[in-house]
Order: sequence, then C-alpha cells, then structure tokens
Amino acid sequence: MALTQADVLAGLKEIVEEVAGIPAASIELDKNFSDDLEVDSLSMVEVVVASEERFGVKIPDDQVTELKTVGDAVDFIVKASA
Amino acid sequence: MSAQRRVVVTGLGATTPIGGDASSTWAALLAGKSGARTLTEDWANTIPVNFAARVAVDPSEVMERVELRKLDRSEAFALIASREAWKDAGSPEVDNERLGVVIASGIGGVTTLLDQYDVLKEKGARSVSPYTVPMLMPNGPAAHVGLEFKARAGVHTPVSACASGAEAIGYAFEMIRNNRADVIISGGVEAAIHALPMAGFAAMKALSTRSDAPERASRPYDLDRDGFVLGEGGGVLILEEYEHAKARGAKIYCEIAGQGLTSDGFHIAAPDPDGSGVQRAIKFALADAGISTKDVVHLNAHATSTPAGDVAEANALRLALGAAADHVAVSATKSMTGHLLGGAGAIESVFLVKAIQDRMAPPTINIENLDPAVTVDVVRDKPRALPSGDIAALNDSFGFGGHNVVLVFKSVN
Repeated sequence: MALTQADVLAGLKEIVEEVAGIPAASIELDKNFSDDLEVDSLSMVEVVVASEERFGVKIPDDQVTELKTVGDAVDFIVKASA
Repeated sequence: MSAQRRVVVTGLGATTPIGGDASSTWAALLAGKSGARTLTEDWANTIPVNFAARVAVDPSEVMERVELRKLDRSEAFALIASREAWKDAGSPEVDNERLGVVIASGIGGVTTLLDQYDVLKEKGARSVSPYTVPMLMPNGPAAHVGLEFKARAGVHTPVSACASGAEAIGYAFEMIRNNRADVIISGGVEAAIHALPMAGFAAMKALSTRSDAPERASRPYDLDRDGFVLGEGGGVLILEEYEHAKARGAKIYCEIAGQGLTSDGFHIAAPDPDGSGVQRAIKFALADAGISTKDVVHLNAHATSTPAGDVAEANALRLALGAAADHVAVSATKSMTGHLLGGAGAIESVFLVKAIQDRMAPPTINIENLDPAVTVDVVRDKPRALPSGDIAALNDSFGFGGHNVVLVFKSVN
C-alpha cells in the first residue's frame, strides 16, 4: 500500500531529529537538508538507510544526490512505496 | 641566534575514573580514592577479569546525544578535557595558524570498530555507520579537537601504546620550541573497556584478577601485585610559549623544560630488566632541561602494578638518579586511576602540574607489603608535602613495543 505524504513527512521528521538533532517542528517540506538542517553527506547516508528501513523502500545511491529538500525525499519515498 | 623558546602550561583538563574534571580528580587523588569497580555489562562475566575503572562522569552527562552519536568514546573524552583545559587557560585569542593539537590514543576507536563489526554481521554492510572510519581512526580525538578550535598549525597523534599520552605532550613541547606554534592543546585519551581488548590483555596475563576487591587490585610496588586495572578517560594540557603566555597575562602553572625519548629494542611487551632504555631517557631528559638529579623532588612513575614492570622501572630510577633518588618522592597514581593506556601519560602530567602548584605529591594506595626489591622512596597511603622554592618533577611513561618517554616539569617563579 502506498504511503501518504503526511505519513512519510512525519516519519522523516523523526529520523532527521534523531540523526541531526533538529527539532521535528522546524522540519518542513521546503527545507534543504544541507543548507537548512545541517545534514551533511555522511549524516544523509544515515537518513537514507533509516528511511529505507522504516518505509520499506530502496533509495539507490545515484538518487540520493537528487534529494536536496525534505520534499524531494518525501516525494521519492511516496512514489517508491506505490 | 635568538634565545631558546620556553614552553609553559597554562591550562588543564581531565576526565578520569575518579573525577569529571582536573580539580575533582586531583582532590580524589590526594584523598586516595580508587576508581576501579565491578563492570555491569553482560559481557563482563564472559572474560577472566570483570572489573575496570570507568570514568566517574559519563560523557552522556555532559554532552548532547546528537553530538555523541558521531563520536567514539575516546573522541568524546578528548573534547571534554580539551574544553575544560581551554577554558582554564582563559580561552586565549590565538592566531589559528599558530595553534596546534597533539592528542594521542593507544588503541584508537576500538569499541566503535568492534560495535560496527557486530552491526555488519547482524544487519549487513548498508547499516554500518558512515561515521565508522572517522570514529575508529586513532587520530580522531586530535582531529575533532582541531576542528572545534580551528587549529591550523598541525594536528598530530603519536602512537606508542601506553607511552602515547606522554609522547604527545613531548611532541607538542617540541612544536612550540621549534617555533611551529605558540599554543598547543595536548594530551592523551583512551576508551578501550570492552570484552575484546580486556580478553587480549588478560591473555597476556597483564591484568589483575583480584575480582573480589577491585578497588584493592591496582597495587603498584606491593608484593602481591598481579597486574594492572584497565582505566578510561583522558587528560589535556594547554602548552604555550612563555612570552606569549606572559603577554596575555595568562596564569602560568609551570614549565615543561625537557624530554627524553628512547626505545628498548628488547621485547614486544616485556620490560628490559636492565632498564637501560629508561635510564637513558631520564639522562637525556635532564640534560635537555639543563638540570641535574638533585633538582628533582618528585616523580610520577609508570608503575602499572605488574610483577615485572614495577621493579624494572624502580631499578632503572635508582640507577639513573643515584643517591639523589633518596629525595625524590615517587608516586604511582595508577593505584587509584587504573591504567589509561594512551591517556595515562597525559593524566599523570596533569597530576605533576597540580603537584608542583600545590607542592604535594599524591599517595600510592594499596601497598600492604612493600616489595623489598623496590629501592625508591615511594609515597605511601597519604600525600606528602614537596619543598618550596625551585623544583622539578618527572613523568615516566613506557609502552608495549619498548617505548620510553620522560618529561621534565619545572616550577616557574
């Protein structure tokens, strides 16, 4: 069953808070991982692996660089789960 | 030719099994407290030794969770002790290109290595933390401190097993003397309390097995000593060029006046029973500092509580210092802190600085029957006052591999 955008955003907020210590309340769809949330390339690996585990999807390495914002990641995960 | 650049100590920091900072550690040391405890981890009873000396204040009590999850425990110790030392030095304004870091570790991020190997086996390669390598590399503690303080004169990590901490301070001393830097954050850390390193040390018969009384197990110079007690933590000193420190009105604890470095070329782990390497290191250190044996009033010994090592060192001290050994108060503080491996020479340097400041040599605890083969003047049970006036004190540190390091600390008027 496809995940909803709201489900994925809520889950992703928890993951980013865990990895980068950014309060979930300040994590929005338009936030850029590296510029706004201080998620560097190493932390992004953690976000990706945790997301794969949580949402049961695969996020290929060559796609990770395309995921600039939280919204990019949410869209990718929603599509991948369909 | 310009005059020799002098190196002074202007800041101290520590996190040890007997205190969360330098001053509480020093107070506990003078009070003769032991940091050894029975371990509560599940694995503790799967190995021959179930006790060790964990830090008194866990990093999780003083650092944020998000910061800690990217750090090996040894890196956390380095940051905690460096922040304290930097603040103690008055958070100096320094040209970053004249600021260096030399922080050692004997084993590096060994718990990270082993924990991530468990992750690899249980969950596969994709689940291995992307921080694994920066967490396990032995230069990680120095590198993190270098990043935090934006040190750009050089960040270094000498590795010489249990001599590493002292070697780091000696390296820092040379960097300032050779005009590569004006201020160095230097010291040593270790976080190796884990089943595998402990099983390895136990296999060498290097660890005490006195499980019924952990706090009585580390007993350097006692007839019934049976090995060392593994400790964790670290110590950091801010070293500064003398004129630089004076110009900013810094509090100056004492001077580091010289160092002696030698190697045994004898055995991978056993001490050379002649102690000739140790004797040469002491001789070189005194010559480097331009002092004689009669100036030395105190020595913090390596003395780990192993049957062979303590006597070999004591014999070497007696031979190197000669009759002057009669007025050198020898303290074996590993009786209280346990053995911090790469952190040992660093916390013991912190203790020497405090000893010179307070004119007090810390005690050696747990000596019930002094080994008659030990012919140096051991400070037993209670601290002993040191003389006023100009004094010098030595740090002895040795490591598996036959590394010998001796540092000379001197009072400054």
